[in-house]
Amino acid sequence: MPIELHRIDDRLIHGQVVVGWGQPLELRFLVLVDDEVAASEWEQELYRMGVPPDMRVDFVSVEQAIERYASFASDPKPGMLLTGDIDTMARLCLAIPALRRVNLGGVHHRAGRAQKLRYIFLTRGEEAELRAMADTGVEISAQDVPAARVIPLDAILEGEAIA
Amino acid sequence: MSDATPRPTALVIGHRDFAAGIISAVTAITGREDLFRTVSNYGLDTRGIEALLREAIADGVTVIFSDLPAGSTTMAARRAQRDFPEVTVVTGVSLPLLLDYAFAAPDAVHAADAAVEKGRAAMMVARGTRRAD
Repeated sequence: MPIELHRIDDRLIHGQVVVGWGQPLELRFLVLVDDEVAASEWEQELYRMGVPPDMRVDFVSVEQAIERYASFASDPKPGMLLTGDIDTMARLCLAIPALRRVNLGGVHHRAGRAQKLRYIFLTRGEEAELRAMADTGVEISAQDVPAARVIPLDAILEGEAIA
Repeated sequence: MSDATPRPTALVIGHRDFAAGIISAVTAITGREDLFRTVSNYGLDTRGIEALLREAIADGVTVIFSDLPAGSTTMAARRAQRDFPEVTVVTGVSLPLLLDYAFAAPDAVHAADAAVEKGRAAMMVARGTRRAD
């Protein structure tokens, strides 16, 4: 079974991921791709605390995620791959041809970012990075939780859908 | 001499309007509005939430009540706690738990422990039975 969702979410593992998506998709593992977290036992322990015992978490660096992606994707159980920022997902998409669909789940307010959706704020640089990913054939859409409307990248960037 | 009311040393943080909502219930029951501060995670990433909590700790907060153990609110509280180990973080907050804390003696650490026990004990499943008549 392929990885069910490739998600960009700056909160990484939290309620929407574990409960909101985890229950309807019956997720059994999470791949958290973050160089900083992959190097910190303390951070990993913190994130593990939020995950039910029947859900595995693999903490990997970008390099490790690229190396191990095929094994994650061939896992018979459903899983989710998570990055905390757009740049990390862009690096994965560039290196992993099979990664062709990306979910924008949460990129929150920070200085220099403009609001695009209730849960998506982007800098000009991040907008350009998303367009560049889309130009290589990656399908990008926003959806914070399964019951929410799927909003395609064009609508996000045109600011048509603040809701 | 200052007659300013001391700010609460307990804070409730939750998703969207959770904190404001549950504290409005605490106020309705206790008649007191000075027991808890509230913070929402709305629109913020984990670092942004953590910054708010660090400000509150610097301003005297010693106990943080968070709604969801797996949530961004708890993650941020635990990160802030790393630099302020004297702060207590309580997760899975409920109305019985907060009410117990509100009426407890002002010994923050043990009041939190007792409140958690009260919160656990308050949960029950009640099933109906058919009337005999």
